[in-house]
Amino acid sequence: MPEMDGGLQSTGSSATGSGLAAGSSNLVEVEDLSVRFVTREATVHAVNGVSFAVRPGEVLCILGESGSGKSVTLRALMQLLPPRRTRITGRIRVDGQDVLSLDRAGLRRLRGGLVSMIFQEPMTALDPVYTIGKQITETIVRHRGGSQASARARALDLLELVKIPSAAQRLDNYPHELSGGLRQRAMIAMALSCGPRLLLADEPTTALDATVQIQVLILLRKLQKELGMGTIFVTHDLGVASEIADRIAVMYAGRIVEEGPVADVLANPLHPYTQGLLASTVHGQPRDQDINAIPGSPPDLRRLPTGCAFAPRCVQVMAECRAGVPEERRPLAGRMARCIRVPAGAVLADAVADRV
Amino acid sequence: MNMISSAAPPLDDPRDRGGPAQPLLIARELRKHFKVKSDSGTAFVRAVDGVSFTLFKGETLGIVGESGCGKSTLARLLLHLVRPDSGELVFDGETVAEMRGITVNALRRQVQMVFQDSYSSLNPRMPVQDTVAFGPFVHGKSKAESKAVARSMLLQVGLNPDLFGSRYPHELSGGQKQRVNIARALAIEPRMVILDEAVSALDKSVEAQVLNLLRALKADFNLTYLFISHDLNVVQYISDRVLVMYLGAVVELGPVDEIFSHPLHPYTRALLGSRPSMNPKQRIEEPPITGDPPSPIDPPSGCRFRTRCPFAEPVCEARIPELGAWTDRESHVAACHMQVADSGHSRAVGNA
Amino acid sequence: MSQTAVLSHPVTEADEQAAPALKVRGYWASVGYRLRYDPVTMFFGLVVLLIILAAIFAPLLAPFDPYKESVIGRLKPFGWKNHLLGTDELGRDLLSRLLYGGRVSLLMGVVPVCVATVVGGSLGIVGGFAGKRVNTAIMRTMDVFYAFPSVLLAVAISGAMGGGIGNGMIALSMVFTPAMCRVAETATAQVKNLDFVEAARATGAGTLTILRYHVLGNVLGPVFIYASTLVSVGILLASGLSFLGLGVRPPTADWGLMLSTLRQSIYVNPLICALPGAAIFITSISFNLVSDGIRAAMDVRM
Repeated sequence: MPEMDGGLQSTGSSATGSGLAAGSSNLVEVEDLSVRFVTREATVHAVNGVSFAVRPGEVLCILGESGSGKSVTLRALMQLLPPRRTRITGRIRVDGQDVLSLDRAGLRRLRGGLVSMIFQEPMTALDPVYTIGKQITETIVRHRGGSQASARARALDLLELVKIPSAAQRLDNYPHELSGGLRQRAMIAMALSCGPRLLLADEPTTALDATVQIQVLILLRKLQKELGMGTIFVTHDLGVASEIADRIAVMYAGRIVEEGPVADVLANPLHPYTQGLLASTVHGQPRDQDINAIPGSPPDLRRLPTGCAFAPRCVQVMAECRAGVPEERRPLAGRMARCIRVPAGAVLADAVADRV
Repeated sequence: MNMISSAAPPLDDPRDRGGPAQPLLIARELRKHFKVKSDSGTAFVRAVDGVSFTLFKGETLGIVGESGCGKSTLARLLLHLVRPDSGELVFDGETVAEMRGITVNALRRQVQMVFQDSYSSLNPRMPVQDTVAFGPFVHGKSKAESKAVARSMLLQVGLNPDLFGSRYPHELSGGQKQRVNIARALAIEPRMVILDEAVSALDKSVEAQVLNLLRALKADFNLTYLFISHDLNVVQYISDRVLVMYLGAVVELGPVDEIFSHPLHPYTRALLGSRPSMNPKQRIEEPPITGDPPSPIDPPSGCRFRTRCPFAEPVCEARIPELGAWTDRESHVAACHMQVADSGHSRAVGNA
Repeated sequence: MSQTAVLSHPVTEADEQAAPALKVRGYWASVGYRLRYDPVTMFFGLVVLLIILAAIFAPLLAPFDPYKESVIGRLKPFGWKNHLLGTDELGRDLLSRLLYGGRVSLLMGVVPVCVATVVGGSLGIVGGFAGKRVNTAIMRTMDVFYAFPSVLLAVAISGAMGGGIGNGMIALSMVFTPAMCRVAETATAQVKNLDFVEAARATGAGTLTILRYHVLGNVLGPVFIYASTLVSVGILLASGLSFLGLGVRPPTADWGLMLSTLRQSIYVNPLICALPGAAIFITSISFNLVSDGIRAAMDVRM
C-alpha cells in the first residue's frame, strides 16, 4: 500500500503547487455574499453579506445553529441551491474562477473535479441501486477518463485510504449493506476520487455515534493534511470544530459575527453570541446550577430586526445596537467580530478581554 | 431554585405509596426481540436482551448508548408501548400486569414520555393547546377543565398561552415545540417522565434552556426522570446515576461522578474518550476504539463488546459477563470479566 | 390544580419577543390563502362551479325541451333558428341536451366517489390502524378487485347487472372503493407510527379516541385530494359506459351517450358531433386541475 499512498499524496501536493502558482494565495474568496429565497408569501433572508477566504490546505469551520445560514453558504459555493427561487448576490471565487458566472459545463467541472462535497446523511448522497465500487468508478471515469479497470483499482486505493476494512470486498457492497460509519467513509472516498482541492463538508459527523464520529473526524483531519485540501466544514458543534478547525467563523442570522483562529476564539470569544454559545454548550458545568443559557430563540429570517440581529437576545444590549448592522471590527490580528462593544482598532489582547 | 438531590426523595406526595425508600420502578430481565427477514430466513433483532435496573424516587437516571443499543426500545417497553417478550415491571411496589397489581393504563397515568423533537412529535393538524389538553381530556376532565390545565401547563413551560395556544406546530421553533411536548407530558400530573433524546435535536443555546426548564419542573412537580441520550455531556449534567447500554444489554451502572471519573467497563471508557476535547490545543490523536457498533441481529457471543474491545481474551468469547451485584444508589457495577477476581481473564482484578 | 402554583422559574420574555409575529394562520386558513393566489386553480375552480351551477339549474337555463325531436331540424349548425349550438341527429336542441347531460355525468362522477370515499376510506382506516390480520383480510380482498383493469371491471359489473344510471353508479363505486381503501390505508399506516400517536397512547387514550382526534384529521387530507382526482375519472368512465351502451339508456341526455349516437353523423356536421366530447374534456380537466391545485396548497406544511 505504500506506493499507492504516495501516488495520492503526490496528486494532492502537485495540485496545491499549481494553486499557489496561479498567483492568488486564497483558494476561496467570498465577498458580500447574500442569498435570499423568494416565495409568494415571504422572502427569506438566509445569508446577508458574508465575506471570508480560505487558503489552500486550511480548514475553516463555519459554526452556527439551525437557520444561521451556514449550510446555505456552503451550497451557494457549489451552486447547489434551487435556481428558480434563489437570489444570490455578491462574489464567489474558487481557485480564481467566478462561480456565479459559470455555465453548466463549467459548474460540472467545478463540482466533480476542483470541489467535492460530503453530506450529513450518506444514504441520500449515495445511490442505493449501485455498489460502492461502481459509483466511485463511474465518478472517476466521468471526470478523469481512463479505463474501467484502472478506475476500479483507484477506487480500491481510495477505500483503503479512508481505512475501510477488507476494502476489496466492500467495493461490491451496496450502500445499505454498510454500517453508518463505513457509509460515511465510502462517501468521503467518493468525494476524494477526483483529487479535489477544496472539500466542502456539511455536518458529516452529526448523524454518527460518538465512538464513530471521533474516528471519522480524525480520518478527515489526517486526509486533509496529507492531501493538502482546503476545507470548509459546517457544524453546529463546538466540540467538533475544536477537533478539526484551523479557523472558525461563527454565523448568526445569515451573518458572520465572529471569525478567528479556533483556539483564540474558543479561549477568548469577543462576540456576546459566541460567549453565550460557549456558556450554553454542556461540558462539565456544575450539576447543581442552571446552565447560563442564551434566552429566546433566533430571529425569523423573513423579518430580521434592524441593527444587530442578536440584539433581542443579548444581555449586553445598548440602544446603538438596534441602530444599524455593526460593521466588522478587527481588534486583534486575525480576529474579527461584528459587535459595537469590540474596539474598532487593533489593541492588546488583555484590553479586549477586559472590555468584553 | 433548589435541586432535589438523589438523597432527598419527594415528601408528602399523596400519590406515594411505598414510602421514600421503595424504588419507584424496578425492571427485571426485560427482553424484546423483533423478528426480521434476512437473507437466511428469519432472524431476531435482540433490541433489549435481559435489562434490569432500579429507578429510585426523585432521582434522574441517565441511559446512554449508541444507536442500536436498545435504549429507545427500553423506554417503550417501560410504558408497554411495545409489549415485552418477557420480564417484569414493578411500579412503586406493584407489578404491572392486567390481573394483579396495577394495569397498563394506571401505569400510563403515572409515567409519561417526551419524544425527540421531530416533525412527528406533535399532531400537525392540532393547535398546541389542544394537544396539551388531550391527556387530561382522556382522563375524564371536561373540555373546559382540560383547556384550563393546558393553559397553565403552557405557562409553566415558558409559553404564553394567549400567544402560543392557538398555534399549530409548524408555527413554532424547535425549542418551543419541545416545550409543548414537555407540557403535554406533565398535563396529567405523572410521577415519572421518560425523556427519550428529548434535547438531542435542539440547537445548543436552546438545549441549555430546555435542560434548565427540565430541572426546574422536576423540583416543582416532584418528578423522577429517566433521561435517555447519546450525549454524554448532557447526561453528566442532568443525571444522578448513569446506566450504559451496549447492544441491548447493560454494561455499566453507577452514580454519575463514579462513572465519569472511574469508568469500569472498557466500552464506557471508550465512550468517554470519544468526546471531543473542546480544546484545539489538546486534540484527540487516536480514536479510543475502532469500527462501528455491530448489528443487534445475532450479536457476538459471550461479551458483546469483545469484537471492539482492546482487552478481549478467549474467556470473553466463551462466557457472558454478569453485571455485578448491586444493592443501592451508591453501587457501581460493570458487566466485564476484568471486574471479577477469578473470571479467567488475565487482567482480572487481583491478577495484576 | 397544583400546576397553578407559583412559578419557580420565570417565563422567558425573550422567547415571546423572538417568536414570529407574522400573521398566525390555522392550517386551513393558510391553505385558503395559498389557493387565493393560485390563478390557474382559481380559474378552473370557477369553471367547475359554473358547470355544477349549469347542471343544477339546467331546467331554467335550457332554451328548449331536450327531448323534443324535429324531423326537419336535424344536425343543423350553430345558431339555426335560435338553437345556439345547433341540433342533434334527431333534431333536439344540443345546448339543452348538454345542460341536462351534465346533470347525469356529474351525478355519475360524484356519487360513486362519495360512496367509495365513505366505504373505502373507513375500511382503509380500520385496515391501517388495526393489527396485521385484519389488515391482511381487508387489503387482500381489495387487491382482488384492484387486480382487474378498472374499465374492464366497470364494464363487467354493468354488463352483468344491466344498464341504467343506478347500476352504473354501483359499478363505478365498486371500481373506486379498492383504490380509495388503499390510499386511506397507506395514510393511516404512516400516521400510526408517528410519535404523536404513540404519545397519545402513552396518555392512556383508547383506540377510538386516538382515531378520532389524531388519525382522522391527518388522513382526511390525502383521502379528499384523491377523491377529487377520482371525480374526473368517474365522469370519463361514466361517459365510457354510456358510450358502450352500458350506462344511461336513450333518450336520456348524457354526454357519453350523445357522443356515441352523434358519432355516426361526424361527416355531416363534425363541429356539433365534437361538442359532447368537448364538454367531457373540459369538465374532467377542470376537476383535475382544481384537485392538483388543492393538493399543492395542502402539501406545504410551512
